[in-house]
Amino acid sequence: MTLLLAILALVCLVPAVAAVLVRNLIHSALLFVLAWLGLAAFYLAVGAEFIAFAHALVYVGGVSMVVLFAVLLTRPGRESALPAPSAQRALGGLVAVSLVASMLGSSIFWTRLPSVEPTPPVPLRRLGELLAGPYLVALLLVGLILTVALIGGLLLAAPRRPSEGGDA
Amino acid sequence: MILAAAAPASPADAWLERAPLLLRDALTGWLPDALRPWVAALLSIATILGVFGLLFAYMTLAERKILGRIQNRPGPNRTGPFGLLQPFADAIKALTKEDIVPRAADQVLHFLAPVVLVALSLIGLAVIPFGRNLVAVELEASVLYFFAAGAATELSIFMAGWASRNKYSLLAAMRALAQLISYEVPLLLSMVPVVVVAGSLSTTGIVAAQGGWAAGVWPHWHALTPWGFSAFGVFMVAALAESNRSPFDLPEAESELIAGHLTEYSGFKYALFFMAEYLGMAALSAMGVTLFLGGWQAPLAVLEFIPSYVWFGMKLLLLLLGFIWIRATFPRLRIDQLTRLSWKFLVPLALVNLVNGGLWAVTSDWTGAAGVARWVVSALLVVVPFVVLGRSLTAGYGPRTYRYASP
Amino acid sequence: MLGKGLLQGLAVTAKNLVGSYHDPARYVTQEYPEVQPKLPEAYRNFPFLVSETADDPMGTLRCVACQICEKECPPQCIYIEKSKDKKPDATGKAQIYPAVFAIDTAVCMSCQICVEVCPFDAIKMDQEFAIAATDRFGGLLLNREQLAKPNAYYHQIHPTEAAEVDERLAAERRAAEEKARLAAAAKAAAPKPAVPAAAAAAAPGAARPAPAGSTAPAASAPVDSVPPPAPRPPSP
Repeated sequence: MTLLLAILALVCLVPAVAAVLVRNLIHSALLFVLAWLGLAAFYLAVGAEFIAFAHALVYVGGVSMVVLFAVLLTRPGRESALPAPSAQRALGGLVAVSLVASMLGSSIFWTRLPSVEPTPPVPLRRLGELLAGPYLVALLLVGLILTVALIGGLLLAAPRRPSEGGDA
Repeated sequence: MILAAAAPASPADAWLERAPLLLRDALTGWLPDALRPWVAALLSIATILGVFGLLFAYMTLAERKILGRIQNRPGPNRTGPFGLLQPFADAIKALTKEDIVPRAADQVLHFLAPVVLVALSLIGLAVIPFGRNLVAVELEASVLYFFAAGAATELSIFMAGWASRNKYSLLAAMRALAQLISYEVPLLLSMVPVVVVAGSLSTTGIVAAQGGWAAGVWPHWHALTPWGFSAFGVFMVAALAESNRSPFDLPEAESELIAGHLTEYSGFKYALFFMAEYLGMAALSAMGVTLFLGGWQAPLAVLEFIPSYVWFGMKLLLLLLGFIWIRATFPRLRIDQLTRLSWKFLVPLALVNLVNGGLWAVTSDWTGAAGVARWVVSALLVVVPFVVLGRSLTAGYGPRTYRYASP
Repeated sequence: MLGKGLLQGLAVTAKNLVGSYHDPARYVTQEYPEVQPKLPEAYRNFPFLVSETADDPMGTLRCVACQICEKECPPQCIYIEKSKDKKPDATGKAQIYPAVFAIDTAVCMSCQICVEVCPFDAIKMDQEFAIAATDRFGGLLLNREQLAKPNAYYHQIHPTEAAEVDERLAAERRAAEEKARLAAAAKAAAPKPAVPAAAAAAAPGAARPAPAGSTAPAASAPVDSVPPPAPRPPSP
């Protein structure tokens, strides 16, 4: 089990790191898809079937498409930009690594796990009842936030009047 | 048939019905217990590969023959009797052709795209119940699994189009993405009421929920209820778009994009794309059968002596025939018509249908006059939105007048 | 209502699918190598040389190697060599014949000009369209033996036109016989040796090209005024 988790962690982390390092935007988007798939596999490994498939469906099927669409619709030119000076890159890397390390470290050290016994996965029906019962307000709030984001996106993307002179 | 007729009351015990399982047990019975599930899994993989591989081969032939007949010509009839060896001739041709990779192409992605596409088209078949107790993998959320696997197929089409470094292929990739984003929504929305009514996310549970007959003759299939009929229609239209079939074959569009993402593929990789198209079509049709047409259930109780997997196969072939028929009939949509159809027609229809399915699930214990009212309300919830949305979709697109040609 | 047109379209294709199994009007394909196409009579492709009989095609070629077609051919695909000797033609008259007659079908454009200029009805248009060969030089260069086809074949492919040609040739032959008879009678009446010799020399030209109606006055006119061979108007 530990070996499996280690392999899955590698499947998640290697593409994620590579996605940051690769200069080709499309490649990094596809590498992110791989990382998301690894995450879904991780959920599957711990028995959270529904979350795993929902994650794969939403991220691999939906979010990845939107990311790729956005990459294709933005103007090219970034790819050919000169790499930043090495000192700057090193500084950026240092900041990123320290940030991630502090966040991970704090969450690992400060979280008190109630038990180390593996809990049986929640049955799907129970999950649905929980979502439609005690967590209904949270679910609706998430939906509201997403709707607001959608409307905001529509407003941003809506064609502007020429007098405003917006540059698409 | 004699054996089946002599079998005890339950059709599940009939010899023919249990033949695949008996065969599996006979093949794996002599193995040690630890190995048995693995070998059984391998056997089911090999069976699915074999059956659907052959189905793919003969679907291509059937498609060409039927298209030919519809266009007043015989179709392929030279290779073997009635052209039955044509798929193998095609396979040999595809295998022996030169594999060309453009120099500017993204070598890795160009190679990966067809492989990933075929793999993703195949894994969806794992959760389809092909017959009573005939399902390769039993999952609690198998419907979700199926759509998660299917959603990624357009990703590989995008990969193919982008990696080719060809402007037409790139256009195809863009179209594939736009099409996927548009049609994934109605596809999933049309499936939700089924899950609500059946109360299960597993394919076997959904099929089991469609067993039995109302008044002894009317099967409890979802497609035979008003909301289910509507959902089935939306599902099949979206499935057509998801599998890039005509009239939604915009990414391929041989007449405008010189086959789009397939332009830079040749030989066996091209054959893989072809295979993935048919496998995806078969998988989505199988899902349609499972969700709406009662899966492996027989339409009448007296016909239960025919094994369940035969019923499943017949329904599957019927849907595939429908795909071919539609391909032979309708011209390709334009990209704006494609997205308009999805967002302004299918999605609202599916949303209304969601309410309809919910009502159906809540009123499941109504009988007598209330039961009739339930059917009427459900039918109204299908017909009225269809007419209203259809009006708005076709508004301003009145009948075309031909000024110079007689219609 | 939305969908009506779609259903109508589906009905049309379904009718075609079912109809192709029982309605010949909905299944028009001819399976070519087994079923040869019925070509319309006016169809023409590549010329051939007409011979009177099938038994001895080389001996009964109508062609007298006058080389008019060779000169008129726009793409210059005809090559003719005259024979040194003379052979009797179908009517028994001694004629020059083509020692070599070749048409390069790789060059020929099936324009029918050779047929229109031929004063002897010796070259006609064929209906052969499958002339593929494995050797593009030798295989497509048809020689005399390959080009010669009997008059019966001509009747078979262009019946109307062949009947007209036969009728015309028969009339000309009758007129020539009539003229020969008259000439013989004239010779018997005036025993001067020069005239029959001159008539015999002019005979090849006089026998065929002149229309049937103009032959009789020509016979009575001095032999030098016989009109030269003129191309006929194209056959319908």
